[in-house]
Amino acid sequence: MVTAVTSLSRSGLSDWLVQRVTAVILLAFFVFVGVQIASGVSYAEWTALFAQTWMKIFTLLAILSLAAHAWIGMWGVFTDYLTERLMGSRGNVLRIGLQLLTSLSLVIYVIWGIQIVWA
Amino acid sequence: MLQVSVYRYNPEQDAEPSMQTFEVDTGGKDVMVLDVLEEIKARQDASVTYRRSCREGVCGSDGLNMNGKNGLACITPLSETVKNNRLVIRPLPGLPVIRDLVVDMSMFYAQYEKVQPYLQNATPAPAIERLQSPEDRAKLDGLYECILCACCSTSCPSFWWNPDRFIGPAGLLQSYRFLADSRDTATEERLSRLDDPFSVFRCHGIQNCVNVCPKGLNPTRAIGHIRSMLLKRAA
Repeated sequence: MVTAVTSLSRSGLSDWLVQRVTAVILLAFFVFVGVQIASGVSYAEWTALFAQTWMKIFTLLAILSLAAHAWIGMWGVFTDYLTERLMGSRGNVLRIGLQLLTSLSLVIYVIWGIQIVWA
Repeated sequence: MLQVSVYRYNPEQDAEPSMQTFEVDTGGKDVMVLDVLEEIKARQDASVTYRRSCREGVCGSDGLNMNGKNGLACITPLSETVKNNRLVIRPLPGLPVIRDLVVDMSMFYAQYEKVQPYLQNATPAPAIERLQSPEDRAKLDGLYECILCACCSTSCPSFWWNPDRFIGPAGLLQSYRFLADSRDTATEERLSRLDDPFSVFRCHGIQNCVNVCPKGLNPTRAIGHIRSMLLKRAA
C-alpha cells in the first residue's frame, strides 16, 4: 500500500469522498450566492443576510469545504507533476515545499474567513 | 501516395528520436495500419521495428499511437485514422522506448501483477469444478475480454505521471474482474490493497481509456464499481 504523508486523510477513499461532498456543498453555496447577487442586493440586504446564524454556518461550511477541496486537489496536482520520478530529488523538495505553503495558506484563509463572517 | 511518418529511435545509434517519412501506395484500398507498416518493412526499410503477431486484434501486440490516438494497428483501417492523406505512427506514450515503435512494458505488467490477476479461493477444491450461475457468470462480461494491449493505460495521464503507483485502467479492469467473480473469496484482501490515494483513486474519470479500448471495454465503469465496493466496505 502506498501512503502519502501530506495528503489530507492518508486514505484514498476518504480523500475521494471528502472531495465529492465538499464539491456539492460548494456548488450549493455558489449557486445560492449567485442567485442572491443576480436578483440584486443592496448593502442593507446583504448585511442582513450574513447576520443570520444559518447563513454564517452555511458560509463557514463553504469555507471549510473550499479548504479541504483545495488541499486534496492541489495535493493531486503536485503529486502528478512534481515527483522524484520526473524531476529527481528536486521534485520532492519542490512538492513538499509547495504543499506546506498551500496548507498554510488554507489555514490562514479559514481563520481569516471565520473572523470576517463571525465578527 | 499516403504520407506515413514513423517514429524512429535506435538507442545504440541515435542520440535522440526522429520522425522518418515514407510514401506508401495503398492502391486506393482501405487497408489496416499494420498492412502499411508491413509494406514499409518489406519494400522500403527493413529496419523499421514494431511488435505484431496475430494481425487480427486478438493478441494485443501492436498497440500503437496512430495520428494521436492509441489503438491496435492490425484492426485500425486507414479510413478511421488518416486525415489529409497523412498518417503519423508513434509508440504508445508514457513507456520507455526500446526501439522505434517497441516500448518496454515492464511498468505496465508490474501494475497488472499487483492486482493478483488469478482466482483465489480458500475453500477446498470440489471434485469436478467450481460452479457458477449464469447470472454470476454474466457479471464477468466486459471484463474478461481484455487482451492487455496497454492502449488504455498509456492513454491515461494519471498513468503517465505515476506508472509506479497508479495501477492504471487495464490493471483495475482486471482487479474488478476478480472482485466481481463469485468464485473468488479474496475480496477483502484485494480491497484492502486498493485503499491508498494512488492505486485506484488517481483515476479522475476522464475516460481516455474508454475512448481508445480496441475491444470496446469500459475500465472507468469498472473503477467506479471498485470505488463503490471500497465505500460499502468502509461505511
